[in-house]
Amino acid sequence: MDVMPKWADAFLIPLFSILLAFVISALVILAIGEDPIAALKLMIEGTFGRSEGFGYMLFFATNYMFTGLAVAVAFHARLFNIGGEGQATLGGLGVALVCLSVPWPHWTLALPFALLGGALFGAAWAIIPAYLQAKRGSHIVITTIMFNFISSALMVYLLVEVLKPEGSMDPTSARFVDGTNLPRLSDILGFFGIPFSSAAPVNISFFIALLACYLIWLLIWRTRLGYEIRAYGQSESAASYAGISPTRIIMIAMIISGALAGCMAINSVMAAERLVLNSVEGAGFIGIAVALMGRSHPFGIVLAALLFGFLVQGGAEIDFWTSIPRELVVVIQALVILFTGALDNMVRMPLERLFLMFRRKKPEGS
Amino acid sequence: MSDGNEQGGRPDTVAPAIELRGISKAFGPVQANKDIAIRVMPGTIHGIIGENGAGKSTLMSILYGFYKADRGEIFISGKKTEIPDSQAAIAAGIGMVFQHFKLVENFSVLENVVLGAEDGARLKPSLAKARLLLTDLAKEYELNVKPDALIEDLSVGYQQRVEILKALYRKADILILDEPTGVLTPSEADHLFRILKGLRDEGKTIILITHKLREIMDVTDTVSVMRRGEMTATVKTAETSPEELAELMVGRKVLLRVDKKPATPYASVLEVENLRVVDENGVERLKGIDLQVRGGEILGIAGVAGNGQSELLHVLGGYMNGTGNIRVNGNEIDLTGKHSDGQSRRERGIAHVPEDRHREGLILDFFAWENMIFGYHQAPEYQKSRWFMDNNAIKQATAEKMERFDVRPPITGLTAKNFSGGNQQKIVLAREIERDPELLLVGQPTRGVDIGAIEFIHQQIVALRDKGKAILLVSVELDEIMSLADRIAVMFDGQIMGERLPSETDERELGMLMAGITDTGRADTASSTGAQRVDNPGIGV
Repeated sequence: MDVMPKWADAFLIPLFSILLAFVISALVILAIGEDPIAALKLMIEGTFGRSEGFGYMLFFATNYMFTGLAVAVAFHARLFNIGGEGQATLGGLGVALVCLSVPWPHWTLALPFALLGGALFGAAWAIIPAYLQAKRGSHIVITTIMFNFISSALMVYLLVEVLKPEGSMDPTSARFVDGTNLPRLSDILGFFGIPFSSAAPVNISFFIALLACYLIWLLIWRTRLGYEIRAYGQSESAASYAGISPTRIIMIAMIISGALAGCMAINSVMAAERLVLNSVEGAGFIGIAVALMGRSHPFGIVLAALLFGFLVQGGAEIDFWTSIPRELVVVIQALVILFTGALDNMVRMPLERLFLMFRRKKPEGS
Repeated sequence: MSDGNEQGGRPDTVAPAIELRGISKAFGPVQANKDIAIRVMPGTIHGIIGENGAGKSTLMSILYGFYKADRGEIFISGKKTEIPDSQAAIAAGIGMVFQHFKLVENFSVLENVVLGAEDGARLKPSLAKARLLLTDLAKEYELNVKPDALIEDLSVGYQQRVEILKALYRKADILILDEPTGVLTPSEADHLFRILKGLRDEGKTIILITHKLREIMDVTDTVSVMRRGEMTATVKTAETSPEELAELMVGRKVLLRVDKKPATPYASVLEVENLRVVDENGVERLKGIDLQVRGGEILGIAGVAGNGQSELLHVLGGYMNGTGNIRVNGNEIDLTGKHSDGQSRRERGIAHVPEDRHREGLILDFFAWENMIFGYHQAPEYQKSRWFMDNNAIKQATAEKMERFDVRPPITGLTAKNFSGGNQQKIVLAREIERDPELLLVGQPTRGVDIGAIEFIHQQIVALRDKGKAILLVSVELDEIMSLADRIAVMFDGQIMGERLPSETDERELGMLMAGITDTGRADTASSTGAQRVDNPGIGV
């Protein structure tokens, strides 16, 4: 019997986890002699006070939605895809190659192909660990972590030796043509006469990420494939009884997962207008926390991605305006990840007990 | 609840070995134990009987310190005792023999006995002490096990003895056995009972948890009956009858026999020839099985668990590779390769109610409606389009099936784990039978199912038989095989030891076949046709 109602499981636990993380972060800030209330105020003002800060938050959230979905899809098949970082890195390569290879006249043409390029490269990077898991039993966690390292080494090689324009000292690719510039949120809102900071890089990819969330929701809960993925993830033995091929599910789930991670590059790489080293900036790993916190549900992922977008943007503000060192901002993010991801049971158990107490006071329902 | 105190048949001057007062335990809204009071007198074998889910195991887990009771007190030999964990239980002289043994497979008997109860950092003195004790116990109670044998080389019966020895080594005076005979052959079970009686005569107290009425009648002195978390009665075994106990267990009279007409088999539906299976360790699990099931008959496969029945079902169900020939209605079935999976078997009209509904038959976290199409989720009537499933149609169909199979509660949006064992099984059965299969494979149809549901499930299986379909029934419950099957094949060590008609055999003979003894002094009836009248033997309690 479920101890807690569904809404409590979905909302109360993440909420308490975040609160706990914030409380401990506040203690840490206090310990170094700074004012946690002022820091929080700064984070909030820096993110919601100006449209530029808000735009950055949405920009980061876009990345986390893609990587969060990537982790979630794999997780429904009980595959722990730690390789979002590497798959997004390769996705960046795919997007960059698409953007560099054709003198795109307009973003409407460039975007679909860039999306395809990012998805293909991301998926290709996920296929190898998937195959090794399905056919050789090599654990996907180990192989995807290894592939993260390989991807970053590969990227260094490519940027230094292949993609760097002649004569440049900087390990970045050439600048993309203007036809690949995606419309920013300021452009879109400006069309409706709403003012928004044009400095913020948030662009149309944000809406594509939201669309991806909806499509993944459809996939997981409305299609036969999603049913099979969930069935396999819940019980491998039952899946084989039903005639669901493990190989097929592992391959498909990882291809979708890798493609989603790769799609992140349309946001990060196209907005940067060139391919740089470490274009992913840890979004692949944050995606794990986003998926965990969002309970692998697309709606939860949207919320969690926004929260992490806020943390990253607010963290940048703290770093900029206070003497709280940058490393501490990372500590705060890590605490949130720790509490929402790893320490789920710490919050869950007392909450469940609380619910039991309330229920016992009521007359017996069953 | 205090009227339990008068039971037990000993003068009140002797303190009971175990006395529980007012024990209650709830899991969420489920009240697993309600105000339980029981007195177990020293030097007796006390049976606790009840349907699955009646709360027997919960009660024993409380006694062994796995769960903490919400309310109530425990008295050991008259002294109030707190048992917060299993260490405390052991210290209080309680030993537990679990249904699933907790042994280290690649350790020797001696090492397993000592494990966790070593006297010091050095192993040798403990081992020497244990060896001495083992020799003593072997003489005293027929508990002979080779001290240096590895657990993995021992039969299940011997492994169980090691569990008992473990408890005795820890100086247990009170021994709790949880469904101890589930994995034993009849002769092994008899041996176990002799051991238990010997231990009792030495003054040990034994609590025997079981759902088998016959064992209770054979071996216990006193029996307590549990129903829905409550202790409904404690009676002297000599003063009761199986019928009375069964009634106490379910709260009403139940039909302990299956109402069915004699079988009228048609043509052969399933033909299996020389079926062999080698598992991943290279061990041959099926050693050339030949059998045949005709439409309109139930072939029962009897045998002690682990003699190849599961492998037989898995191969027929399409998720284990094998070699040999299988034909369904004359069509050859692939045993390896692309066309050997659950999907293609279902397309051939083979439905399968698997032995383990939790691991295979159901996805416990899925809703009832998601489970009701499991395995048939590719059927055209459940699809809205090429990719999308028609969830409304599925829910509709599920609601109808749940009503026809009396699944309670009839809520399509309830997750499978929230149904009782019997209702879970009804979901699986409804799913498989409603597809109108040519051949139904059924494994342990009533394992963990309460008596009320057993009756219903048996009726459904017989009804499918009467529609002229072929049924292959695998069960470790001899009673079930005897009352349900029209023909009985006994499996031992991956082979069919022989076939019998229920009317021409008895449990003793089947038990010998199950133990691998073919020389039962009776003829094999493998070749006889099913036109004979099949008498219903009932249940030999």
